[in-house]
Amino acid sequence: MSEPDATTQRSAAQSVADVLLRRREQVAQRWAELPLFRTVFTVTRDEAVEAGQSVVDALAVVASSGRPGDLEASGFDPVRVQIGRMSASRSRAGVSVGQVAAEVAALKDAVVDLLKAELEQEPAEIRHEAVLFASELLATLRLVTLETMLDDGQEIIVRQRQQLLEGATPVIKLWEGIVAVPLIGTLDSARSQVVMESLLEAIVAQQAKVVILDITGVSTVDTLVAQHLMKTVASARLMGAECIVSGIRPAIAQTIVQLGIDLGSVITRSSLADALAMALHRIGLRVHSAPDSPPVAGPAAL
Amino acid sequence: MSTPVDETVRLRIGSDADLSAVRLQVRAKAQAAGFGLVQQTKLVTAASELARNTLVHGGGGEMEMSEVAQAGVHGIKLAFTDSGPGIADVEQALADGYTSGNGLGMGLGGARRLVHHFDIDTRSQGTTVTIVSWATTPVDPRAVLR
Ligand SMILES: Nc1ncnc2c1ncn2[C@@H]1O[C@H](COP(=O)(O)OP(=O)(O)OP(=O)(O)O)[C@@H](O)[C@H]1O
Ligand SMILES: [Mg+2]
Repeated sequence: MSEPDATTQRSAAQSVADVLLRRREQVAQRWAELPLFRTVFTVTRDEAVEAGQSVVDALAVVASSGRPGDLEASGFDPVRVQIGRMSASRSRAGVSVGQVAAEVAALKDAVVDLLKAELEQEPAEIRHEAVLFASELLATLRLVTLETMLDDGQEIIVRQRQQLLEGATPVIKLWEGIVAVPLIGTLDSARSQVVMESLLEAIVAQQAKVVILDITGVSTVDTLVAQHLMKTVASARLMGAECIVSGIRPAIAQTIVQLGIDLGSVITRSSLADALAMALHRIGLRVHSAPDSPPVAGPAAL
Repeated sequence: MSTPVDETVRLRIGSDADLSAVRLQVRAKAQAAGFGLVQQTKLVTAASELARNTLVHGGGGEMEMSEVAQAGVHGIKLAFTDSGPGIADVEQALADGYTSGNGLGMGLGGARRLVHHFDIDTRSQGTTVTIVSWATTPVDPRAVLR
């Protein structure tokens, strides 16, 4: 196929822009039936059509600029917010980024169908160019959508990470004077700072005498994690509470020793249950089985 | 020393989040190569130390990871590279308790104890620390050094 000359291309841009404006209503009506619009604007159909029209308008502006592949085209600006809202609503509904991109791609058919119908009288070459042009234009719209979604995703990740740092350190009261902190995942500097602060606050608030740090959920104990643990133990001690570290798994115990870290100053117990027994002992309590109580019911009794 | 059995993976080391990614990827690779839990844990811990040194002392860099095989035994080779200031005195840096910052000073020497092969190449333009660990302990530990 020969290269389209500049005139053909310019006229392709113009005819696509013209058709979009002339058939704005029909395009938007067809779009309103597609999942992207239908599932986002659930209250009234008019709303969906209106939203579709503003997207058509944006496409027409970009088309008449003659650069269908221009991701930065200012013509897209008015719809960026709207596209962002729509795609956010789709991802809240559990639809993946890839699926949303496919839903945006599905907008193309309506445009191409109407374009072909409108340009029926035109020479095949012009028609062909116009369809190519429209395809590129809609591919760009898809990229704009993806870009918007990824930007939003980034924001969500940052926000969730912040929430994780702030909120996810439960300090559990096990007994009057005994609290436990189950540590989970990565104990990097930022997170261990948060753990330390919530723990110290809890020691004061609960008047805790014994603190159990359970590291069953920590996958790696390297020098930094060990240092954080030791610092936490030392500061708890300054607050008048004793620390017991529980849940050190065998593989981690071997690794700590070979790494050369001396946890000798830290009281350790292999399980949370052992740690609790020890903690109770420290506050002067002892667990006995009551002679007159019935034996603990097994699963069969349930 | 050994033959690579698959493609080399490169991971960027530029943030705390990258350190998590390094640990995850090394663990997955070690599992796939048939490492037992203890061997996995040792290798991941060594990787965590070296990656953090790359980040903290070397100003960031990357890790190259590949699976190697020798006499039918599978291993993992990790190389941590930065273009930081280099280590002026390697002996001192490896000594337990030496730190130029406020760490425990156990990372480098500890990582060396956790793996089968350990090598430091350092100059004023940067540092590369290379380690290899095998799925099973070699009969003659010196064999892997040749
Ligand atoms: N990639 C590197 N580039 C430059 N200097 C390094 C590098 N790795 C280690 N060092 C130097 O070697 C010293 C010892 O390292 P090592 O990992 O043993 O201790 P650390 O990092 O200071 O503390 P930690 O025990 O928390 O790891 C460091 O303090 C640093 O001066
Ligand atoms: Mg270190």
